[in-house]
Amino acid sequence: MTDAAELRSRTQEFLAAHPPATTERAAFLKARFDAGLAWVHYPEGLGGLGAPRSLQAVVDAELEAAGAPDNEPRRIGIGLGMAAPTILRFGTEEQKRGFLRPLWLGDEVWCQLFSEPGAGSDLAALGTRAVRDGDTWVVNGQKVWTSGAHAARWAILIARTDPDVPKHRGITYFVCDMTDPGVEVRPLRQITGEAEFNEVFLTDVRIPDAHRLGEIGDGWKVAQTTLMNERVSIGGARIPREGGLIGPVVGAWRERPELRTHDLHQRLLKLWVEAEVARLTGERLRQQLVAGHPGPEGSGMKLGFARLNQEISGLELELLGQEGLLYEDWTMRRPATVDFAGRDAGYRYLRAKGNSIEGGTSEVLLNIVAERVLGLPSEPRTDKDVAWKDLAR
Amino acid sequence: MSTQTPQTPQSPQRDQRDLLYSEEEETLRSVVRGLLADHCDATAVLARTESAEPHDRELWKALADGMGLAGLLVPEELGGQGATHREAAVVLEELGRAVAPVPYLTSAVIATEALLACDGDAARELLGTLASGRRIGVLTVPLAAAPGDALPGVRAAGEALYGSVTGVADALAADVFLVPTSAGLFAVDAALDGVSVVPQISLDLTRPLATVTFEGARARAVGPESGPAVRRGLRAGAGLLASEQLGVADWCLTETVRHSKERHQFNRPVGSFQALKHRLAQLWLEVVNMRATARNAADTLAAGSADADVAAALAQAFASPATVHVAEEALQLHGGIGMTWEHPVHLYLKRAKADSIALGTVGRHREELAARVNLPAP
Repeated sequence: MTDAAELRSRTQEFLAAHPPATTERAAFLKARFDAGLAWVHYPEGLGGLGAPRSLQAVVDAELEAAGAPDNEPRRIGIGLGMAAPTILRFGTEEQKRGFLRPLWLGDEVWCQLFSEPGAGSDLAALGTRAVRDGDTWVVNGQKVWTSGAHAARWAILIARTDPDVPKHRGITYFVCDMTDPGVEVRPLRQITGEAEFNEVFLTDVRIPDAHRLGEIGDGWKVAQTTLMNERVSIGGARIPREGGLIGPVVGAWRERPELRTHDLHQRLLKLWVEAEVARLTGERLRQQLVAGHPGPEGSGMKLGFARLNQEISGLELELLGQEGLLYEDWTMRRPATVDFAGRDAGYRYLRAKGNSIEGGTSEVLLNIVAERVLGLPSEPRTDKDVAWKDLAR
Repeated sequence: MSTQTPQTPQSPQRDQRDLLYSEEEETLRSVVRGLLADHCDATAVLARTESAEPHDRELWKALADGMGLAGLLVPEELGGQGATHREAAVVLEELGRAVAPVPYLTSAVIATEALLACDGDAARELLGTLASGRRIGVLTVPLAAAPGDALPGVRAAGEALYGSVTGVADALAADVFLVPTSAGLFAVDAALDGVSVVPQISLDLTRPLATVTFEGARARAVGPESGPAVRRGLRAGAGLLASEQLGVADWCLTETVRHSKERHQFNRPVGSFQALKHRLAQLWLEVVNMRATARNAADTLAAGSADADVAAALAQAFASPATVHVAEEALQLHGGIGMTWEHPVHLYLKRAKADSIALGTVGRHREELAARVNLPAP
């Protein structure tokens, strides 16, 4: 089943049997999953058909044209983009059958328990401990920057199971039940005033060994799959010209001539050019993916967008002048998703600061480009052969 | 912490450009690159810059006569290859990578495109001649002229031309000049009486400039209107110059990465220092961005898209400062050797800087964009 035409007709048959207009949303999504049209590159029986990933676009186009409901992918982005590919690659049959369907349906939200106060860019130095007790693991530690932890049913978790070996080798990957009484989620308020993220305190949390993903001590390798998928998701969507943060700025420029100055004009044009160039680079990357030849360009996309978002949103505040001195609302909230477009310029400016930190800091991404794309040698490492427990902290 | 990028409304774009290279284009690239490796190494280019013959006529013969590349933009029925700007862009990338001293941009792109805007037998005949590569044509406008700039003031009195244009690229290699005047576009044989070409000392020795003076030179009319022909020539030139700039930048990056891996200081390859790695990674990102933008410009020109003016201005507004930045960083990251005459990096810096002024500066192209995408000045 790898043919676009065949997949298109299968989707049409499915739509005929389950007309979106008269089918209840939950029932429609369940039927779609069971028909293998959820994510066609997944195996049969797990929501897919074992087809090439690029053919998902065929299904999506048909569903969209028919006005079919979706599974609110932004609400369950961590599950779809990070947990699912990791479970698919490293999970047992039982884990795959148990987790993937409710994940895709959006019945169970996932979050990610990776970063710690003492382990950010150097994630492998993490100190949350998991100690085996018969058929379960007892976990103690603190995680941070956890989006959606307050809404999550499950978490992907990495914890230290062997402190006596070098840091990359003593980590194990688990699925953590967020309803365990030892899990405490506290909102972490950000510079925007709200709390997208949380701190998660783990106190004697008990995880059955059946919820381990991959081998004991292989957690770092398993986590690479998760992190790779985190960065792959960028560049998939096609953006129109002036999509993204440049949109509101050019809108204000056109509608409000009284705001214009010569200095702002030159800077706006420079950023318009850079935004359009970044859009074309994303489009080129997308075309490479569709053609089946993914280029290394993906590693750089996030770097470029982070800087651009920050510069554009900074210019927007300045363009607004006196209004730029105001802020919509500092009330502490816990939003489920990030929405740049629906907020004011001050929010965009502040939230964009996170773009060069989240999902790998720009500094770490520059190292990745330099070492993996350009093949430059790494800095001398002093921590490679030292047991985790002997590292400076 | 998960990656969050701004969400934007999705709207399918009808005018979708192909930003990749086809297999045929990759084949063309490797053939041209092979030829340049054999005929145009850095030492030879450097030696030629101070010789009496700044253009490499043998290389031109191989590219034009041997491979037919001078006629890529000319339809087959007029003696060309009937290819498109996409292929010409690939050739320019490779010529840029070698800073090859051949009049490809001036003759095979700018002069050829200007003639393509003209009807009539005179223009058609000239197109065939330029496509064969046996004669080199140069449009007598300053290299710095942008599409839409005012035309230089050469005057036509009947079939005799009077006036002077400075800063004309590759004029020394020209067999025929295309001369815009208010009475139309004229062709003048460079060997005729009344035509003089005086070399100028150019910043970029691999694309030398000259002053061309007409004192009653006999000319043939090739088009009734200069404006559209010049605009078309310069627009294609500006759009495709971005591919040449991409080649220049790509060479600079590749060589600097190689140098940084090989050069040891403090008992380490200098490329292992994060302070340098980050700068190299930034340059890579600029080259990646440039490639998408240059492909976009070439593809819109090839498709005759309504977006071609925006794409050309965009490509120049981005590629010019980016190429200069990459070349300047390449020199700095080579350290002392980068400042020497013997190391070729200065040839690339000079080409990069000259290219950033050629066919309009970044500011000129931003102005063009401001008008075309409705971002008016105060």
